[in-house]
Amino acid sequence: MGVRLLLTESSMTARLSGEIDHHGAREMREEIDRTAEKMRPKTLRLDFTSVPFMDSSGIGLILGRYKKAQLWHGEVVLQNLSEPLEKVVRLSGVAGLCRIEKTQEEEEENP
Amino acid sequence: MKGKNEMTASFPSLSQNEALARSVVAVFVSQLNPTVSELSDLRTAVSEAVTNAIVHGYRGTVGTVYITVRQVEEHVIQVKIRDKGVGIADIEKAMEPLYTTAPEEERAGLGFAVMQSFCDEVKVRSRPGSGTTVTLIKKLQPHVPASQAGKGA
Repeated sequence: MGVRLLLTESSMTARLSGEIDHHGAREMREEIDRTAEKMRPKTLRLDFTSVPFMDSSGIGLILGRYKKAQLWHGEVVLQNLSEPLEKVVRLSGVAGLCRIEKTQEEEEENP
Repeated sequence: MKGKNEMTASFPSLSQNEALARSVVAVFVSQLNPTVSELSDLRTAVSEAVTNAIVHGYRGTVGTVYITVRQVEEHVIQVKIRDKGVGIADIEKAMEPLYTTAPEEERAGLGFAVMQSFCDEVKVRSRPGSGTTVTLIKKLQPHVPASQAGKGA
C-alpha cells in the first residue's frame, strides 16, 4: 500500500496503490500533501489504477486534496477509476468538482 | 434446502481491522454466488459501518466490534455491525448526507448514504451510552452459477 509521485513542472500525479479505507487513507493523504503543499501543482492527478477497493474515506481523501488545491487555484483530476470506485465517486457528488479521466496505459503495457 | 447459515466475528476497534471485517463478510457471502457488483456493494457498506463503530462509537478508546452475517432467506443477506460505544443521540441527523462529527479526520459524512445506496435496507438502533447496532440487508439476484450451468439440479 502506498503512493508513488510523478512530477512535471506544473503537474503532480499520485499513483495510489492498495485499498482506500479509513485506515489506509491517512498515510496516503500525508504522503500527497507533503509534496503538494511545497509544489502547489496546477494539476493534481490522483491515479486509481492500483486501487481495488475504496469506501467513503476515499471521498474524504479526494475532497481534502480538492480543498487544498483550491488554495493555489489548482485542479484535481481523478484518473482510472474502476467501476465500483466510480460508483462511490458519483454518489458523493465530487464528480462535479474534479475531472474524471481514463488513460490508455493498460493497453500500452499489455498490447 | 438445509438450515440457514450464519457467522459471528468480533475484534478490537483498531482501524487495521476494517479490511478484515469486510473480507470476512465477503468470504461468507461468496458461498451464495453473489455477482461481483453485489459483493463489492456489500464490502463497501460493511466497511462504512465498521469505520463508524471505530471512529465514532469508540472514539478515542478501543472496544469490541461485533459482526454477524446471516443468510435470512435463500437470496437475502443480513449483516449486523454492533458496538458498545457512545451511541448516537440523533440518528436522523447522523444519517444526513455530508453530516459528520469528525471533519478533522476528513470524514466526508457519507457513510450512511453509501450504506443506503449499496444495500436494500439499513436499520440503525442506538442509545447514547450503550452503543449502536447497524443492520444491513442485501438481496442477491438469483442466478445460476457458471459452475453449475447445464447440470441437473
